[in-house]
Amino acid sequence: MSSRPPDELPNTLPRPAGEFERLQAVWKRPRGWRVLTQVNNTAIGLWYIGAALLFLVLGGILALIMRTQLVVPGNDLVDYDLYNQLFTMHGSVMMFLFAVPVIEAIGILLLPAMQGARDLPFPRLSAYAFWAYFVGGLVFFTTIFFDLAPDGGWFMYPPLTSYEFSPGLRTDFWLLGIGFIEISAIAGAIEIVVGILRTRPPGMTLDKMPIYLWAMLIVGAMIIFGFPPVILATALLELERAFHWPFFLAEKGGDPLLWQHLFWLFGHPDVYIIFLPAAGLVSMMVATMAQTPLIGYRWIVVAMLATGTISFALWVHHMFATGMPHLSLSFFSAASMAVAIPAGLQVFSWIATLWRGNVQRTTPTYFLLGFFGVFVLGGLTGVMLAVVPYDWQAHDTYFVVAHLHYVLIGGMLFPVFAGIYYWAPLISGRQLSERMGTWACTIMFIGVNLTFFPMHIAGLLGMPRRVWTYADGYGLEIYNLLSTVGAFVFAAGIGIVLLDLLLHFRPAGKVNTNPWRAGSLEWLPQDEYAIRSIPFVTNRDPLWANPSLPEEVDAGQHYLPGTATGVRETIVTSPIDARPQYVLRLPGSSWLPVLAGVGTAVFFLALTVKWMVIAVLGAIVALVSILMWLWQSDPAPSGKLFDIGGGLSLPDYMTGSNSHSWWSMVVLMLVDGSIFACLIFTFFYLWTVTLSGFPPESLELPLIGSSVAAALAWAVSVAAMYVSNRMLPQKRMGAVGLTLTAALAGVWIAFGLSLHALLETNLQPQLHGYASTAYTTVAWQGLHAVLLTLMAGFTLVRLWLGMIDPVRRVVFDNTRIMWYYCAAQGVLALLVMSSPRLAM
Amino acid sequence: MESSHSASVLHPASDSGAALIDQLGTALYVGGAIIFVVVMALAIYGVFAKARAINARGWILGGGLAFPIVTLTVLLMYSLAVGNGLNAIGSSNALQLFLECFGIGDARERTPADGLLRVHVVGKQWWWEVRYEQPGRQEVILANEIRMPTDRAVELVLSTTDVIHSFWAPSLAGKVDMIPGRTTRLRLQTSEEGTFRALCAEYCGGQHALMALYVVTQETTDFDAWLASQARPANEPTDPFLKTGYDAFFRGECHECHTIRGTPAEGTSGPDLTHVGSRKSLAAGTLNNHIGTMAGWIAGAQDVKPGNKMPSSLAYSGVELRALSAWLGSLE
Repeated sequence: MSSRPPDELPNTLPRPAGEFERLQAVWKRPRGWRVLTQVNNTAIGLWYIGAALLFLVLGGILALIMRTQLVVPGNDLVDYDLYNQLFTMHGSVMMFLFAVPVIEAIGILLLPAMQGARDLPFPRLSAYAFWAYFVGGLVFFTTIFFDLAPDGGWFMYPPLTSYEFSPGLRTDFWLLGIGFIEISAIAGAIEIVVGILRTRPPGMTLDKMPIYLWAMLIVGAMIIFGFPPVILATALLELERAFHWPFFLAEKGGDPLLWQHLFWLFGHPDVYIIFLPAAGLVSMMVATMAQTPLIGYRWIVVAMLATGTISFALWVHHMFATGMPHLSLSFFSAASMAVAIPAGLQVFSWIATLWRGNVQRTTPTYFLLGFFGVFVLGGLTGVMLAVVPYDWQAHDTYFVVAHLHYVLIGGMLFPVFAGIYYWAPLISGRQLSERMGTWACTIMFIGVNLTFFPMHIAGLLGMPRRVWTYADGYGLEIYNLLSTVGAFVFAAGIGIVLLDLLLHFRPAGKVNTNPWRAGSLEWLPQDEYAIRSIPFVTNRDPLWANPSLPEEVDAGQHYLPGTATGVRETIVTSPIDARPQYVLRLPGSSWLPVLAGVGTAVFFLALTVKWMVIAVLGAIVALVSILMWLWQSDPAPSGKLFDIGGGLSLPDYMTGSNSHSWWSMVVLMLVDGSIFACLIFTFFYLWTVTLSGFPPESLELPLIGSSVAAALAWAVSVAAMYVSNRMLPQKRMGAVGLTLTAALAGVWIAFGLSLHALLETNLQPQLHGYASTAYTTVAWQGLHAVLLTLMAGFTLVRLWLGMIDPVRRVVFDNTRIMWYYCAAQGVLALLVMSSPRLAM
Repeated sequence: MESSHSASVLHPASDSGAALIDQLGTALYVGGAIIFVVVMALAIYGVFAKARAINARGWILGGGLAFPIVTLTVLLMYSLAVGNGLNAIGSSNALQLFLECFGIGDARERTPADGLLRVHVVGKQWWWEVRYEQPGRQEVILANEIRMPTDRAVELVLSTTDVIHSFWAPSLAGKVDMIPGRTTRLRLQTSEEGTFRALCAEYCGGQHALMALYVVTQETTDFDAWLASQARPANEPTDPFLKTGYDAFFRGECHECHTIRGTPAEGTSGPDLTHVGSRKSLAAGTLNNHIGTMAGWIAGAQDVKPGNKMPSSLAYSGVELRALSAWLGSLE
């Protein structure tokens, strides 16, 4: 149905009386202090960006203190201990509290508008991600004031960061603080991926998506696979610190390089997670500024896919100096060079687009030029660092400090600031100051080069990274002086942008402006309800293809001109060809995501300082809020069809793979599975590097009998779930509940037997890397048993209350999918733990 | 610190691995600069010139695809050749190594020279233990300075007893990490006599910034004589003033952490001091070594290098401190 555009406009004028007022009413945002309960992505996105900019300023202040310390050799403005905290916090804040959040925030703000959706599918999830990040991030930052800030570097290499060499709380703040901010990032990624795949406007096939949607889709996928390694790594290091379970201690069957593999398996994709969305913004802005469609659309999509893929194959280039064989380094050297090819391809597409058009010479364009200058230089030094012998010299020196700041500032900050000037009118209805913007861009460009270009030379003159002072007489003085001056110049440039925002940026209600004459949907007239009606998209640049589109949309002549179901809603379309499938009813403002987010932050932070009562309270608040929010998340289907215009009538409920909820469940399991895959990697990695045997001969393997019995228990549990699923369509609700309960019993029996297989041996998790990994694997199953218990309990209560039936079954289906996944994981875990038997 | 020593990638010692990498670096800087200027010129022209019809396919396939693929392929082969050359000491020309990949030129077998000198370097927070292997004889344990002959390749065997460190002598070679549970290796060679600074390049906690040492290269005969003298136990104090220093050393806690061969001092948690007077620096490349800095270091170790494991010894009288510093300085 409806994969072709309608012959005439779907809805006629005049629109019925009251339709517009009802639409306004359901989307009306809360006022006063209840403004905190907002869940609308456009509102949350704005706060999210604001919070990220706050952390940019805070992280920047740390950098200015460091630059002041380094202005002359032997300076004593700060001591070594504070300096080590400063550089650790600067890196951590910029990467985890600014860079990743700001790209997700921009996505959450712009995506609904760019894809003509009223909102993305999980507004409360976005609100939760924001609150957890904002509260948790602020508390994490304040550790610097209490001499409690982490001091192991943002890369946190053990054994320096393990219990022997970093006792105290500093490292724990990093591990727990950053650990849960990653969870917030994943929540954002789920919203973004499912949002892009399922809430595009009719007709916007994958091939017609604005390039930014492609960038965010790829980046969402990268977060899903890229963050799990570091989530696991932080958990393992915390286990090692808190309980002395060895994972990274060489003398106990661990390996410090395991951390480096896991960290950079995240850390390198993370660079592209930061860069690709910015590249997507650049593609959008370049086309508009040149007033001509982007040249090489498909090539750019392929280039971004290639970047995303290759970025997972070059983490070892952070480890060229670890003494690995030259031959194995060669592969990663080649991959690191290869990733320059898609970047170059995009650069040439942009330049070609600029050549073809008459470019509007305004602030966003100047920032884009700054982006070219800074990013291309950073890319070229990146190729240099991919050259193994050269890296042996440049690695861990200020040359790398220069390189990474060129790449990140050029590849992310300049495009984002270009974007601030470009998209600000979309929110406030008017442009920022052209005069201030031009000055800011010029000063920032001078500042960034004055700060970071001399660092290349300082590095080559022998200045290593992460030093609180340096010796005089090696020619470093002048370059450090220049860098310090440059840092303040750069900060002044950023200050002008912030001042401009302060003076000239006020979110407006209704906005109808397109100052750069762009062709993409976000420039349709916007209000709190987003756009009045949702057009059928036939072109990559719909506003250029149909200049009267804004008037038609705003008059309500396209799809869904009011509220069909009487609540907030948007159209769900099929993931590839964007055929309309159903009207998704969206949740409204609520305190629950705020409480859940704050509760989560409190739980993790109180756990760090071992305030157990507060931690438990935080966990309860978070859990109860999340359960209450989930309780409201599967409204009963009305059974009716809703006319959205053009002869299209859509239901308000769908199940199976048509459901947006199914997609988010699948994405969540990919995250879960990636974490588990990293755990398996840990197991086999330690096996290959441990010379003392894995496990050593003094240790036993898990009991074979209990392991087999545990696997059988998983099988029984799955069988019970299967039967439960067959009973549901037959409306035999008692049997559904009974088999579900039996399935849950099976889970706990399986977990108990898996644990028994370890407890009845001489394995103790503190003894050896094998034992710690085995116990962690079983503990992971225990965590899932708890999760399944919550899900089963939730499902059973709803079953009992008649809130699940053969039609309204999304809750049941989600539980069922998770069940099968956990069973597969549980059996695989048993096999892996026992696999050393095969080698005997 | 005085500055006559080289610690720069850009000023490599003659015939060293660093010299080979420097040739590679020059190619990278020149190539990078040309590409940068061309790309920026194209971008600026695109912004400021009037619209024109362009060959989109040509731009993308030519500039975006073919150009980087060709350039990077050549670069990759060049870099692999240099990397292999660094493993096989004996070549000093990066271009020659590259051409040999295509069968051009003389691909001699590059086996290491006979009589490879093996030196164990152990990273510690925040100093270096240095042990010289002597075939058939007991190894010589020293600290915080490496000497090597100019006509023999040296293999450094790198390890650590605490956290990860990285050994880097910029004028001599690239860096290699020192990782718990592993030993790594680094070949050093140069034909140039001189003093070269080396540093810890991997962040190793508190005083990572103050963890350096000097590598002194000298002719083989000088080196052999030096090593022989370093193998001998410390000299007895010859005059009463030095004897006062000797006594002060043992009245304090010094001997609990330091070894001075030929005396009862057999501690091992701090650097060996048997010939500390012959070293160029104190506190792992932090201070120049003379009697004044020695006294300052003993009395103010926690002021010079806060957080290091050596306490400031405040119990000595002025005379004792001077005598102790003089005695230690006399241990050449």
